Amino acid sequence: MIGNWLDIGPVTQIEPGTARTLPVVGGEEIAVFHTMRGEFFAMVNACPHKQGPLSQGIIHGDVVACPLHNWNISLRSGKALGGDEGCVPTIPLRVDAGRIYLKRSAVVAPRAQDADANAKAA
Amino acid sequence: MNAPVNFEANGRSPGQRQRLVVIGNGMAGCRAVEEILARDGDRFDVTIFGAEPRVNYNRIMLSPVLAGEKSFDEIVINGQDWYDDNAITLVSGDRVDHINREAKTVVAASGRIEPYDKLLIATGSDPFIIPVPGKDLEGVVTFRDLDDVDKMLAAAEAGKANGGGDAVVIGGGLLGLEAAHGLSLRGMKVTVVHLMPTLMERQLDEAAGWLLKTELERRGQTILTGANTKQILGADGKVAGIELADGTKVKADIVVMAAGIRPATGLAAAAGLDVERGILVDDHMVTSDPDILAVGECVQHRGLCYGLVAPLWDMCRSLADYVTETPSGFEGTVTSTKLKVSGIDLFSAGDFSGAPGPNGELCEDIVMRDAARGQYKRVVVRDGKLVGAVLYGDTADGNWYFDLMRSEADISDIREALIFGQAFASGGARLDPSAAVAALSDDAEICGCNGVSKGKVLSCIEGGAHSVDAVRATCKASASCGQCTGLVETLLTLSLGSEVESGPKTMCKCTSFRHAEVRELILEKGLREIPQIMQELHWTTPDGCSSCRPALNYYLLCAWPGEYEDDQKSRFVNERMHANIQKDGTYSVVPRMWGGLTNPRELRAIADVVEKFNAPMVKVTGGQRLDIFGIKKEDLPAVWADLNAAGMVSGHAYGKSLRTVKTCVGSDWCRFGTQDSTGLGVKIEQMTWGSWMPHKFKIAVSGCPRNCAEATIKDFGVVCVDSGYELHVGGNGGIKVRATDLLCKVATEEEALEHCAAFIQLYREQAWYLERTAPWIERVGLDTVKAALFDDPETIGRLAARFRYAQQFMQDDPWAKRAAGERADLHNHIATVRPLELEVVQ
Repeated sequence: MIGNWLDIGPVTQIEPGTARTLPVVGGEEIAVFHTMRGEFFAMVNACPHKQGPLSQGIIHGDVVACPLHNWNISLRSGKALGGDEGCVPTIPLRVDAGRIYLKRSAVVAPRAQDADANAKAA
Repeated sequence: MNAPVNFEANGRSPGQRQRLVVIGNGMAGCRAVEEILARDGDRFDVTIFGAEPRVNYNRIMLSPVLAGEKSFDEIVINGQDWYDDNAITLVSGDRVDHINREAKTVVAASGRIEPYDKLLIATGSDPFIIPVPGKDLEGVVTFRDLDDVDKMLAAAEAGKANGGGDAVVIGGGLLGLEAAHGLSLRGMKVTVVHLMPTLMERQLDEAAGWLLKTELERRGQTILTGANTKQILGADGKVAGIELADGTKVKADIVVMAAGIRPATGLAAAAGLDVERGILVDDHMVTSDPDILAVGECVQHRGLCYGLVAPLWDMCRSLADYVTETPSGFEGTVTSTKLKVSGIDLFSAGDFSGAPGPNGELCEDIVMRDAARGQYKRVVVRDGKLVGAVLYGDTADGNWYFDLMRSEADISDIREALIFGQAFASGGARLDPSAAVAALSDDAEICGCNGVSKGKVLSCIEGGAHSVDAVRATCKASASCGQCTGLVETLLTLSLGSEVESGPKTMCKCTSFRHAEVRELILEKGLREIPQIMQELHWTTPDGCSSCRPALNYYLLCAWPGEYEDDQKSRFVNERMHANIQKDGTYSVVPRMWGGLTNPRELRAIADVVEKFNAPMVKVTGGQRLDIFGIKKEDLPAVWADLNAAGMVSGHAYGKSLRTVKTCVGSDWCRFGTQDSTGLGVKIEQMTWGSWMPHKFKIAVSGCPRNCAEATIKDFGVVCVDSGYELHVGGNGGIKVRATDLLCKVATEEEALEHCAAFIQLYREQAWYLERTAPWIERVGLDTVKAALFDDPETIGRLAARFRYAQQFMQDDPWAKRAAGERADLHNHIATVRPLELEVVQ
């Protein structure tokens, strides 16, 4: 089990309502979000519009507003909401015993769009 | 694993029966045995091992025992006679240490070896002990069994001698709050420390959690949310208090760890059974060994672990059906929590996280808040079905919502009325909502706050009130809490059809209030926190959006200087990072240069920063500053440290705040200069820097009417003349150029400074968020601004004093704090992933 999941540290390193970044050498930077409701999400740190760093946006509910042009992106699906179109690749994430794990395969090549990967993996 | 096993149940006399050994004398283990006995009393010889030295009791009722509402005898489920009557061997106080699957035996701590044909693991869960220094001190307890309750009662008893004693409960979930409630009733001073920002975040959303927190605080408990326990402090080997990550210390005679539970899987894992978070079982509660079953909190079924009683009962039924050869199968269940904490009614059920359905169907929230009654209701609808509900204060409809969820009923027809509950929905369900309003009698109350009837609203509309605003102005309906705005709108539409005049837009889609109303209500009702505003003013979303959150944060900052704690989560990126984000995600940095003056030391420091951090561009801005481009977010604190070292502070080029004071050289050098414009500009900038405003604010001081500093397109401009200073306001050089209006003329520098402070404060208090001075003055009119400043000769002084009071909390260089290491989490990466070895490098 653990081999498929990359331990990126304790939940306490990301304050609720904020996000932090995880650069991948030779790959795309990942943003890890902690919502006010206490849920965690991970996705590629680039808005589908103009590649704005989503990790820097205001998080409300399970949505992040891109800091560049205020596109609203669903943290669950990675999809742009409202009238905008586009999708950010999401990274399956799980929390166990106070630590955050990302799916290794998706970290290296963050292209997976497996919406319920979290449920299956748990 | 799913095929029924062929049981060899022939004979059936004692001794020839199959041997069922149960590990765990708790609720799930005993319930499973009860269910099996009810189906077939002759099938098994049953032996139950329990680690606790007592009979089977209802663990859920430990809270009332702690609170003094029940005795232990009252919470026993099965007394010794039950074991005797059913010929069950109870081995209590003897923990099973080992399962030998080959020999089909279990070995207990005492050395007792018990053979089995079927083994049932019902080990439940273990409290999660947060791994902090001091966790093993005497006086640190969990809240899991009767021994824990006895320890807490002893602490409360000991505390009585010295005025109650202090208790800290780590964990603000259901268990923690029950422990806190019980200890509080026993006379202890209780502090609850919760890691997450919301109490009971798994059952409640942010809004309901905030209501709960407020109510518990009103009842004397101290609730610290977002609080990370760093260590437990001890004295003489006993607990003395705790220390949080932010350095806060809380005194404690007892510390209760209620930070969560984890399935107790150790025994199963050691025996080689398949274990993930819990012991893996199929729909019949069979583990990866066909002769070993597991049930209760220790199992993981279809990816889920359950911690509530109802699903455990369902598991026990499926297990009993299976071992008595009438398999049914557990398919998982929707869980609901209905509970009272300190007499507060709470209910939550289903999935209220807002997750999309299996085919990507999106969720819709329906929120109703009733501030007067302290109620909050939220239901979540997905694909025409109710999937989740959170109720606070009034849980009467909880069961109805729960039934709708379990039956997956199509609620499309009653959607409009769903939030009002069963009575309303089944009564007027299929009516269209406007027909329901039309059907109301004339004396039906529309606005509860101001006691306005439907007849009165209608007569207002007939009398010419053709907008919500006009109705509010004439009969007060919907003018207070705003909850009946929808009803008033419906009455307008019913009376006038398409002639309804739509008023100015509301603040955002989360509220029916407009900016001005929100600002007034913050002061009138004394609202001091964002969640409080959202509750009292009936926000329709749980935690707002990226439009209203920054606005509310500013309004609170302006209303309660020195008291309100700035909410970084509600700040736009530039104000959170204290730099300007650029299109490639890097930042630009503008150090402050007072009045546009600089010197060799500052210039050298800037040049050094540009080289050291490889900044690709430096540019002189329109506000007479130097802008350093292309700085990475993780380098910002180091850049600021270098600039601070040369005496420079944040230039706030990124904020809805005072930006720059632009000056010309003035009478010191210029042959046309009439006054010391540079000197005045520096003084104004020193007075105004760091202030947060509705929008960016630019100032300029020109030394003569030639106006080289372009003061007449600034928010506040000073043009020096021989006889004194002309003060201009409301200029803008942006998309729509607007020249300033002349506000007044004053004779001295002191007066110019005082008027500047007063005008800024008036703008801060009256403009809407994201409204520059130019549109603000166009909206309210220059005469109104002048009247507000000059009608009463004391107003200028009072406004200026309020501005100076607020400034004492604001003139604190934000760069210096970050350079010193504050909020490093906002700048640093969590780690870097190197795919070759796939290891995280911290």
